[in-house]
Amino acid sequence: MLRALKLEPEKCTGCLQCEMACSYENEGVFNPSKSRIKVFMFHDTGRFAPYTCTQCDEAWCMHACPVEAIVVNETTGAKEVLEDTCVGCKVCTIACPFGTVNYNSASGKVVKCDLCGGDPWCAKACPTGAITYVDGDHTGLDRMRAWAQRSQPVEASFNTPASKDVSSYQRA
Amino acid sequence: MHHVIIGAGPAGVVAAEHIRRLDADAKISIIGDEPEPPYSRMAIPYFLIKQIDEKGTHLRKGADHFAGLGIDLVQDRVATVDAAGKQLSLAGGGSVAFDRLLIATGSSPATPPVPGVESQGVYNCWTLEDARNIVSLCQPGNRVVLMGAGFIGCIILEALASSGVDLTVVEMENRMVPRMMNEASGGLIKAWCEHKGVRVHTSTKVEAIEASGGALNVVLSNAETAGADMVISATGVRSNIGFLEGSGIDTDHGILVDTHLETSQPGIYAAGDVCQGKDFSTGEYSVQAIQPTAADHGRIAASNMAGMSQVHQGSVNMNVLDTMGLISSSFGMWMGVDGGESTELNDPGGFKYLNLQFADDLLVGASSLGLTDNVGVLRGLIQSRTRLGEWKDRLIQDPTRIMEAYLARTQAVGFNAYVV
Ligand SMILES: Cc1cc2nc3c(=O)[nH]c(=O)nc-3n(C[C@H](O)[C@H](O)[C@H](O)COP(=O)(O)OP(=O)(O)OC[C@H]3O[C@@H](n4cnc5c(N)ncnc54)[C@H](O)[C@@H]3O)c2cc1C
Repeated sequence: MLRALKLEPEKCTGCLQCEMACSYENEGVFNPSKSRIKVFMFHDTGRFAPYTCTQCDEAWCMHACPVEAIVVNETTGAKEVLEDTCVGCKVCTIACPFGTVNYNSASGKVVKCDLCGGDPWCAKACPTGAITYVDGDHTGLDRMRAWAQRSQPVEASFNTPASKDVSSYQRA
Repeated sequence: MHHVIIGAGPAGVVAAEHIRRLDADAKISIIGDEPEPPYSRMAIPYFLIKQIDEKGTHLRKGADHFAGLGIDLVQDRVATVDAAGKQLSLAGGGSVAFDRLLIATGSSPATPPVPGVESQGVYNCWTLEDARNIVSLCQPGNRVVLMGAGFIGCIILEALASSGVDLTVVEMENRMVPRMMNEASGGLIKAWCEHKGVRVHTSTKVEAIEASGGALNVVLSNAETAGADMVISATGVRSNIGFLEGSGIDTDHGILVDTHLETSQPGIYAAGDVCQGKDFSTGEYSVQAIQPTAADHGRIAASNMAGMSQVHQGSVNMNVLDTMGLISSSFGMWMGVDGGESTELNDPGGFKYLNLQFADDLLVGASSLGLTDNVGVLRGLIQSRTRLGEWKDRLIQDPTRIMEAYLARTQAVGFNAYVV
């Protein structure tokens, strides 16, 4: 069973530990601006939403890539960017409807979440269980996929998760 | 079952691989006329600046990728299609029988009606062969005139400029990338290029190209004449449908298809730059000529060819462009819709621009300049037809809050999952 990141914004306190952990693990620096997971802040209401790639089945980023620089990691199911192959054309950044593939002008390549090879640091760093790494079935991925099939306007409230399972992640 | 695909570009290759995924036993052949392994035109700009070699442009990297999937690659040009008899004739002689056919022959550069456009020294930048020629002629100090500052023109502009040539750009419309950017943002791209030392003439036509002693004189409608060692023509593309004349396959600008990407002839499908497919935003059928649409078409046509019925809901027209480091993007109805509303953030000094277009409380189009973070969500909001509710006004106040708007309207954000 492939595992996936489960994001529960209502548990997020905006501490940014996930961004620190991600940037350190993947870029070698504690710098939230280099993180692949982002905590979006709703300043007016004091709420927070962590968000990153859901490793969706459609993989629009991967199919749009002109040079086969995005591939599936068969072990984790993550869609990974091959840095040496990426030419930096950015077509994946507009193809991803979730906005979770970003261009890094310093490297001239794109970056996205690769689940840290199967041990995502954001989940390990999250102190409140807002980010957990769980069996794929638990993440409501089907709901996220469903949007692509829709062609009629739908009230956004239909998109909110119906019920939530208790996090099964154990902190080490 | 023999699936035959004409054209070894992204649409054809994606389709062949998808048919294989759905049918392990079918015979699959791709007939392409270019003397190269399947490659991506999109990678050409990076080949021009020598960031990648030829192999870097190849669509698939494994040496035996196609053989491994049992996909036959045939190098030849299809001369005619006999739709009723289910046969193709090849320019190299012989014929090929098919059960299902996909036409993915792409498009070719249009030839502008300019006297002298056939002169030696005038090139397109469309194929790998064109790119090889351009690389050999882009020597520092050489004078190059780029005719057309549309999408393709702008995308190769950086490669030309960075090779050290003396570059002049001539565009007929009043701004750069007129089919992707409005006057404000298209004007900013021009200012940016001029700032980087490129001469840009907008609202200017090339009247004639004259040969003069081994070089060229490019006569402009503003009464100037530009000397050139090379002229690159990038004035738009036309679908490759010529060989279908008399085949009974209906065409307009491209091949006409239904929502299953099937042509007027049963069992024959079309995909990519040659296909006049449904536009998500307008509901009308048009040739988009972009890579993501070629990939969408390829997969959907393949499903239908393999007997798994799939409807094409329409592709969102979208582009991302890097013009000498200034990144722009556009989505859907970026020019707006009748009766719609819009919002704009314009920071010409900082070369930043963002424009959102709404119909009711739906995002229907967007264009941006100098903003790259999370841009894909603009496509997501458009294509999912997410109702923005009170977030529309928030976006009108501050259009940069697109990601928050998306999350607030699609995820459970807030304590106890109260939607913000
Ligand atoms: C320099 C450049 C940069 C680009 N950058 C971008 C970009 O950044 N973003 C974007 O979205 N798009 C970009 N494009 C456009 C993109 O490359 C095309 O949309 C894409 O290639 C379309 O794929 P296709 O498979 O439909 O056609 P093609 O890639 O054109 O492939 C069709 C193939 O069929 C062959 N063929 C034609 N007729 C026959 C025949 N009768 N018999 C056999 N074979 C035949 C052709 O020779 C060709 O090899 C760029 C194009 C160029 C040239």
